[in-house]
Amino acid sequence: MAMDAAMIERLIKESLPDAQVSIEDLRGDGDHYAAHVVSGAFRGKTRVQQHQMVYQALRGRMGNELHALALQTGAPED
Amino acid sequence: MDDTVQQRIRQNISETPVVLFMKGSPVFPQCGFSAAVVQILSHIGVKFKGVDVLSDPGIRQGIKEFSNWPTIPQLYVKGEFVGGCDIIREMFETGELQQLFEQKGVPVRA
Repeated sequence: MAMDAAMIERLIKESLPDAQVSIEDLRGDGDHYAAHVVSGAFRGKTRVQQHQMVYQALRGRMGNELHALALQTGAPED
Repeated sequence: MDDTVQQRIRQNISETPVVLFMKGSPVFPQCGFSAAVVQILSHIGVKFKGVDVLSDPGIRQGIKEFSNWPTIPQLYVKGEFVGGCDIIREMFETGELQQLFEQKGVPVRA
């Protein structure tokens, strides 16, 4: 099952309101995305924790409706 | 959560220094993301054990609960969850992965 990019972005921003999110539909099939998420909430967190925060925002969809979301996360540079 | 599955996972990652929970085997990965991590580990010359989650539905679900991580593959070094495909790829590109193995005393090919 596919999910559209706007929905992914909305869910991420609900949990991380300051997030800058860019999403690319890698194959144009609505099922393989790459997302780059930058948020101040990631400061001081490990990569694993940052990705877990994004997965949390997607509320169980990752690995289910959403098959592939290549994630890159980071805190904004000062 | 199934305790025996959790116990088996704990045993697996404590007995072997580098364990990759993956789809398929290191020789025949059944998913591009698992294949990518196998390729990176092989490239840097790290010995690892592959655990095929497709042949074990209990582990397939259990490992996601164990690490609070929704996807496969998952790499464990000395009992610690390091990351999935994206993180491993990023760490490899920055050289952090090689550093991690050295810090943890896991031999890498020079």
